Amino acid sequence: MSMEYYEEDVPHVLAVDDNIIDRKLIERLLKTSSCRVTVAENAIRALEYLGLKENQQQSQFNGKGAKVNMIITDYCMPGMTGYELLQKIKESSMLKDVPVVIMSSENIPNRINECLEKGAERFILKPLKLADVKMLRCQLTKC
Amino acid sequence: MDQRNQMHRHIANTRKSLFDQGYLDEQFIQLEELQDNSNPNFVEEVVTLFYRDSARFLSNLDQALEKRPLDFNKLDSLMHQFKSSSTSIGAKKVKTECTHFRNYCNARNAEGCKRTFQNVKKEYTTLRKKLEAYFQMSRQVGPIETACRSR
Repeated sequence: MSMEYYEEDVPHVLAVDDNIIDRKLIERLLKTSSCRVTVAENAIRALEYLGLKENQQQSQFNGKGAKVNMIITDYCMPGMTGYELLQKIKESSMLKDVPVVIMSSENIPNRINECLEKGAERFILKPLKLADVKMLRCQLTKC
Repeated sequence: MDQRNQMHRHIANTRKSLFDQGYLDEQFIQLEELQDNSNPNFVEEVVTLFYRDSARFLSNLDQALEKRPLDFNKLDSLMHQFKSSSTSIGAKKVKTECTHFRNYCNARNAEGCKRTFQNVKKEYTTLRKKLEAYFQMSRQVGPIETACRSR
């Protein structure tokens, strides 16, 4: 995972995607929109970064997880899916208020509803556009 | 000076024809919009990543298509990833052939899969050649000119 150091009031976004091209794209889109970005290539790494281990219960949250203002994740990933990642985040007392955005290349209404019902902030179709990311950025700073 | 202007025009025309002939779509323009002085080679970097990634996918698909019987779920899953990458760089014709392939996977049509996979490879190879030529030309006149967005 790549990390950057930035000032406090710049939103920090964790982007999760197993596709290397999409990771590069989302990172660039977020940086262009003045966000600090950390990328993770799968959900397990994302959880580790956030301070949650896969089989860990809430009480074992190690408190050493990084602070993020938003998580944006691909839906279809091998191993743990974006939906399962969303579940874990929403089940965590430490992380449940962090907005989670789901991305997918497939427009499947059931999938979209499922994610929104689980507490996803938004569901965005890939490929992401600069306009999509600017909109999300705006939401984070309530502009 | 005049020669440079001619080069610029030639590059712009080459770029335009990639869109007009359906090799690239608006997503490629999104990539170009993310290129600036702080990231002057962004488009080419992404496309180069795409070539590397594609080599892997296409090789895996080749292997998977050799198996008997065909594992259509695996084929579909592999192609889903390749289609994702193609979509992300705006590779329009490649993307279309990927979709055809996935349709044949869903229909459990082995012949269809094999046939369309040849088309996928053909479109990929064609696009790659054209993009390599385009970037090489662009490099000859300098990086700033490639950010020109006239359609």
